[in-house]
Amino acid sequence: MAIINFNKTVLHNLISKPATRLYPFEERVYPERTRGHVENDMDVCVLCGLCSIKCPTHAITVDKAAKTWSIRPMSCIQCRCCVDNCPKKCLSMAQKFQEPGPEKVTKTFHQTEKAIAAQEALMKAAKERAAAAAAAKAAAAGTATPAAPVQKPTE
Amino acid sequence: MSKRSVIPFGPQHPVLPEPIHLDLVMEDEKVVEAIPSIGFIHRGLEKLVDKKDFNEMVYVAERICGICSLGHGLGYSEAVEHVMDIEVPSRAKYIRTILSEMSRIHSHILWLGLLADGFGFESLYMESWRLREQVLDMFEEATGGRVIFSIMKIGGIRKDISNEMLADFQKRFDKMEEELKDIAKTFLDDVAVQSRLRDVGFLTKQQAEDLGCCGPFLRASGVKRDIRSTGYEAYGELDFEPCYSEIGDSYARTEVRIKEIFQAFDLIRQAIAKIPAGEIDVPVKGFPNGEYLTRIEQPRGEAVYFVKANGSKFIDRMRVRTPTFANLAGLTETLKGCDLADVPMLVLTIDPCISCTER
Repeated sequence: MAIINFNKTVLHNLISKPATRLYPFEERVYPERTRGHVENDMDVCVLCGLCSIKCPTHAITVDKAAKTWSIRPMSCIQCRCCVDNCPKKCLSMAQKFQEPGPEKVTKTFHQTEKAIAAQEALMKAAKERAAAAAAAKAAAAGTATPAAPVQKPTE
Repeated sequence: MSKRSVIPFGPQHPVLPEPIHLDLVMEDEKVVEAIPSIGFIHRGLEKLVDKKDFNEMVYVAERICGICSLGHGLGYSEAVEHVMDIEVPSRAKYIRTILSEMSRIHSHILWLGLLADGFGFESLYMESWRLREQVLDMFEEATGGRVIFSIMKIGGIRKDISNEMLADFQKRFDKMEEELKDIAKTFLDDVAVQSRLRDVGFLTKQQAEDLGCCGPFLRASGVKRDIRSTGYEAYGELDFEPCYSEIGDSYARTEVRIKEIFQAFDLIRQAIAKIPAGEIDVPVKGFPNGEYLTRIEQPRGEAVYFVKANGSKFIDRMRVRTPTFANLAGLTETLKGCDLADVPMLVLTIDPCISCTER
């Protein structure tokens, strides 16, 4: 009796569409969470290096002097650690898997002019803030306890 | 007495996806003794605890095996959590349970397909794997990976699965359950299938206990032992009774696994109905110090994880005992007295996973 039961499945499969995708004509739509490969938005990246510290396979290298961010795709295990730990949220996980290649490569990206300018502006602003805060503190110390400022002559 | 001869079986054999070698001592067509030897794909993953810190080690644990990757990640995380005295939030426990049961469904359907392929029923094999594909798609939607999920972490899970997604999964599982019933009927009632499975490879209850077998292989011999009944993760809050069979032949093993798939559907349904809202992880502070041995029920059986830590970033020793390793002794016993033609089928019925065994 069971063979009749399975015949039903076989007949159903004969008349229905194939369960597989007709690949070159029909591309797969990946779910939102698919971990394909890591991408970096170099317009935003400040090269803090946190991703390279957190990477369990040491696939990411950050060179602050040369202003480059590089990744070895063959070492990357797509664990999403770097993306989760990125403070600027410039790293993201692209859904599509990487194209196969004939050799092991290291992909290097240069920090863009825009990112450098933004980072310098930020640093400048931070320095100004720090200087203003120090001046305010010195002024406050100067008015509250007149005897205290020992550093004043050195300024 | 007829002349004895030795026939090598494996490490490369059409029925084996992974390498294991058996020396079959034959007397005419009957197997008198089977001597297994493993060690073809040792990768030294346990030794990596020296190089990867205890958080990064979860990724290594997951890569012990491709089919039970979730179980390995879970077992290792549980062991470290016990060492560090971390209480995992309830929602994370439920999601871990749901994912474990999903991994059981996909592993058992994979095995059913391999079994059908083993006895030459091609369309049944394809049909099984078509169903399995749906579970892999659900895994990808939930965790981002089809085989390596990277969702476990010490102290919880890394990504929440929303209630809407779980409700959607529930609908798909209901549909899948209906489709699986047809396949299960073919596996259990078909005459051609039964002629390959019935009355071969007996293992008595006593032998199964003595040889320390585990998982569906043990339960098919009439022993009602399932680590899930110890109530780790959220299993304690779900209605659960181990599936077993008294017969102890290949057919019983198929039956137990099919019953377990349906039970997994039921457990998922219960877990989705009961899942509480809340946090999915707790922050981990400090380094582990101490040792702990934990057991979890993987699709293939009971897996043991031992962790010994010394209070530094790196763990001293990590040890995994996998279900296939425990079942190899039982396999050599079932092979005694069987025909040479039945050997591939009997090797399949323990659901061998050699990568796990050798790590």
